[in-house]
Amino acid sequence: MAQTTEQNGEIRYLNPPAVEVRKKKYCRFKKAGIKYVDYKDPEFLKKFLNEQGKILPRRITGTSLKFQRKVAQAIKRARSLALLPYVTDLLK
Amino acid sequence: MIKQYETVFIATPVLSDAQMKEAVAKYVNLIKDNGGEVVYEEDWGLKQLAYPIQHKTSGFYYLIEFKADPQFVATLETQYHRDERIIRYITVTLDKNAVAYAEKRRANKAAAKEAAKAEAPVEAPAAEVEPEVKED
Repeated sequence: MAQTTEQNGEIRYLNPPAVEVRKKKYCRFKKAGIKYVDYKDPEFLKKFLNEQGKILPRRITGTSLKFQRKVAQAIKRARSLALLPYVTDLLK
Repeated sequence: MIKQYETVFIATPVLSDAQMKEAVAKYVNLIKDNGGEVVYEEDWGLKQLAYPIQHKTSGFYYLIEFKADPQFVATLETQYHRDERIIRYITVTLDKNAVAYAEKRRANKAAAKEAAKAEAPVEAPAAEVEPEVKED
C-alpha cells in the first residue's frame, strides 16, 4: 500500500515499476556477414550448444533459418570428426 | 567437371612420424595420380578426440584441400575405408563461399605464422598472436 502515492491525479511509484526491455534477437551471421559455417572450428560451434552438447534452438540463439541449417550441418560434421562430443555433461 | 573438395582424416595415434608421413604421401599421390590437384595441406598433429573411437582417445588429424573429378571421391573414400591406419574421415564439397572462407583461413594462418616468427625472438612465442577471428 505504501508503494504508491497520488499527486496531482498522477500515480507515482516509489519504486519504479520493473518494465522488462527485451533486447531484439538477431542473426549473428547476417549481422557479421559470415557466409560459411566452418565445421573445423569447434570453439565457435560451442556457442550453439548447451551444456550437454545439444544444438540450441533458433528461439534462443536468434539465428536465421538459413544459417541454423548450416550451423546444424557443421556441428554434425564436427561431431563425426570427434571435434565435438555427441553426448556429454558440462561442456565448456 | 572439376570440383573443389576438402578432406580430413584421423589416423591412429600409434603411428610413428615416418609412418604418418607415408600415409599422407599415399593419399596426396592418390589424388595426383587420378588427375587431381592438391591445393592445400595442413597437419593438425596429435589431438584428443571428443569421444573414444576404436578404443583410442587421440589421433593424428590431417587436412587436404584438392580439386578433382567428382567420381574420384568414391575412390578416395574406398581407400580410406580399406586402410587400417585411418580411423575416421570426412570429405566435403566446397562451394564458392567455402572456397572464399578456406582462402581467408589460409591467409590468416600464414599471417599468424609470420607474426609468431617475428615475435618469437623478442617475446614469448604465440603470446601476441591473436586467435583466428571468425567474425569478420
